Amino acid sequence: MEQFSPVKRSKDGQAVRYLIVDDSVFARKNLARMVETFGGQVAAEAGDGLTAISEFERTHPDIVLMDITMPQMEGIEAAEKIVQAHPEARIVMVSSVGYQENIVAALQRGARHFVQKPVKPEVLYEVIKYVLGEDGAVASAAGAGA
Amino acid sequence: MKMELIQPFINAADAVLSQGLQSATKVVNLSMEEAAYRRKGVAGMVALTGDIEGRIVLDLDPQTAVRVASHYAGADLPESDGLIKETIFELANQVVGNAISALNDQGFHFRVHPPVLVTDEEGAKTSEDVEAVIICFETSLGDVYMNVALRHNRRRMSDHARMGR
Repeated sequence: MEQFSPVKRSKDGQAVRYLIVDDSVFARKNLARMVETFGGQVAAEAGDGLTAISEFERTHPDIVLMDITMPQMEGIEAAEKIVQAHPEARIVMVSSVGYQENIVAALQRGARHFVQKPVKPEVLYEVIKYVLGEDGAVASAAGAGA
Repeated sequence: MKMELIQPFINAADAVLSQGLQSATKVVNLSMEEAAYRRKGVAGMVALTGDIEGRIVLDLDPQTAVRVASHYAGADLPESDGLIKETIFELANQVVGNAISALNDQGFHFRVHPPVLVTDEEGAKTSEDVEAVIICFETSLGDVYMNVALRHNRRRMSDHARMGR
């Protein structure tokens, strides 16, 4: 996999913590591997929208990567509920269904960005830097010991 | 079945497989399914409802499925590993998701259902209004079969026409 300069939290230099939400174990593992190559840490995983809400409350991640089509509660609804309770939440929708209606609905209901599957690591990396904004800092690979 | 319905699925499968396997893929065979569908190995099916209804099956012989799942996992997986089925499911999801994104831009609306494992050796025979097309993709890890059976939902389409959509 491609090498990326680690993205850290600018406030304390710690690893960015992620909540990965997808009903596919394969997709969760794939995303987890990607964020680890970005210097991130998986705080929790969830397989549906309801679990995502409770895991968000438990772990308070820096970024949520959220699938859309899931059992029990779909990703857009879960994103909306999380953002209603935590307006500062940074949620990136990650879905293979990338048509405009879906993207607009997700953004209108609080998601910060949208990435279409299959996820290209370089695309996700740029989206994460963009979504973190000033709260994220790209460490030099040498400085981070990577 | 009209080619304009199938082409987005072929394009999506080509994109998903070539990106995921990091090598070129090639359509080596495209045929109408005349008899009942005969499963090749590990097969994930995604059903669609809406303006177009039907199902897409992604089907790999067991050895190819292991090679593909191992490639994505970055480690050799045993044939019994549950991640093999999960990998095929997610690939089927990605193909369908990408294809319906393209079809949605043409005005078609869908609901995608979660993937299910096809366990029957044989599927239902095609009918007059639901023809199935089987596309074989040659990849660096083996052949991947995609079985596409779709039909226009005439009632939904006429509803849209009445509403001027």
